[in-house]
Amino acid sequence: MRNLLPLLLVGTLTSLKIFALTLLFSVPLGAVVARGRMSGNRLVSSLVNIYIMIMRGTPLILQLLFVYFGPYYLFGASYDRFTAVIIGFVINYAAYFAEIYRGGIQSIPIGQWEASLVLGFSKAHTFTHIIVPQVVKRIIPAMGNEVITLVKDTALAQTIGVAELFRVAQSASARQFSTTPIVIAGLFYFIMNGVVSRSFDWLEKKLDYYH
Amino acid sequence: MGIITVENVTKNFDELGVLKGISFTLNEGEVLSIIGPSGSGKSTLLRCLTQLERIDSGRIEVCSMTMAKSEGETVQYADARTLKEIRLKLGLVFQNFNLFPHMSVLRNITEAQINVLGKSKAEATATARLLLAKMGLEEKEGAYPCHLSGGQQQRVSIARALALNPTVLCFDEPTSALDPELTVEILKVIKDLAKEKMTMIVVTHEMAFARDISDRVIFMDEGLIVEEGAPERLFNEPAMERTRRFLTRYTQ
Repeated sequence: MRNLLPLLLVGTLTSLKIFALTLLFSVPLGAVVARGRMSGNRLVSSLVNIYIMIMRGTPLILQLLFVYFGPYYLFGASYDRFTAVIIGFVINYAAYFAEIYRGGIQSIPIGQWEASLVLGFSKAHTFTHIIVPQVVKRIIPAMGNEVITLVKDTALAQTIGVAELFRVAQSASARQFSTTPIVIAGLFYFIMNGVVSRSFDWLEKKLDYYH
Repeated sequence: MGIITVENVTKNFDELGVLKGISFTLNEGEVLSIIGPSGSGKSTLLRCLTQLERIDSGRIEVCSMTMAKSEGETVQYADARTLKEIRLKLGLVFQNFNLFPHMSVLRNITEAQINVLGKSKAEATATARLLLAKMGLEEKEGAYPCHLSGGQQQRVSIARALALNPTVLCFDEPTSALDPELTVEILKVIKDLAKEKMTMIVVTHEMAFARDISDRVIFMDEGLIVEEGAPERLFNEPAMERTRRFLTRYTQ
């Protein structure tokens, strides 16, 4: 028991790293994907659509295996497991974020674009100053859902051998013939998500000054 | 020479002809009302003038600048700079206001002054406060649009359009989203602007109002100008049977 907590904390740190790096890259990448999905170029938009369909239509666990073992089977190249986890998570979450962004952008009334146009704003100014702030407010609940799921999804990293929190807890549980480590791991996930949902509540409140 | 010259303008949505050859001139200081049944093309006409829609043929000139004109089968629009210059000559007030909900009343009015006209923040704020006072909304500069009544929102949107100092102010059914009581407050604002000799085009369903403030009225139906003339003449003795039928229905 004395060694258990430090062990679990190391696992938690790995989980948090996966979580943070995934968000860091997938949040902006999602915007690029959304732009592609809404592109006037049919080829671009259908390619992006196929990518989104694959990412949302197949299990993340399978995508992780594919990202890590794919290059090995195709080119005989192997690489860092942790990197593979990040790549797998980022391309998966970017697809979900992209669809949330797209929904948010398309929910803004056309009149906002028209008013901006008539007032002489450039397209870039309209997007960054008129549209995006309203989109951010609208997508917060959906983003909150997704980010909470991400906290729990980090447990899938173990499928390609990255020892994150859940893997560490499982091993400890097997060694000690006890469910305690798993219960504690559950508590850790719960606490992390408590922080996440509190943050989103705060953000929602902060943007509550208009509707 | 008018401020706006429209010649033989047509506009189709898919195969449907919405404007089928519209011509008119707007002179400085004139208030022109456009009336007509729903689907007659009057809003589309306004949207073509304000570049929210592209015309399919014809010619539009604003302040001696050619915005668009037919060349053979196609329509040639002016270069981006000219189009922007023309855009700023025309203000537009929408039926449903289209204020920016995430910006305070003050910022709704200063944003374009600062980012489009390049005014300083202080200068833009001063102009905005002047306009708000004129609209009777000096108390509301810190409020957000969602906290205002429809009539107040529409007055803010009129101030927002006026802040860019347009040569012509266009209204696209400015009272259609408002109840009768709030309608009165907007009509009063427009009437005051007319007294100041603001050049305006007003697309409206308020017949009594159109008759009251206009120097000239255009009656449109099915994409064509059926009749135009001074309000007393057009409302009292319409020359066309179609105009008469429309007005009878409205004054019943």
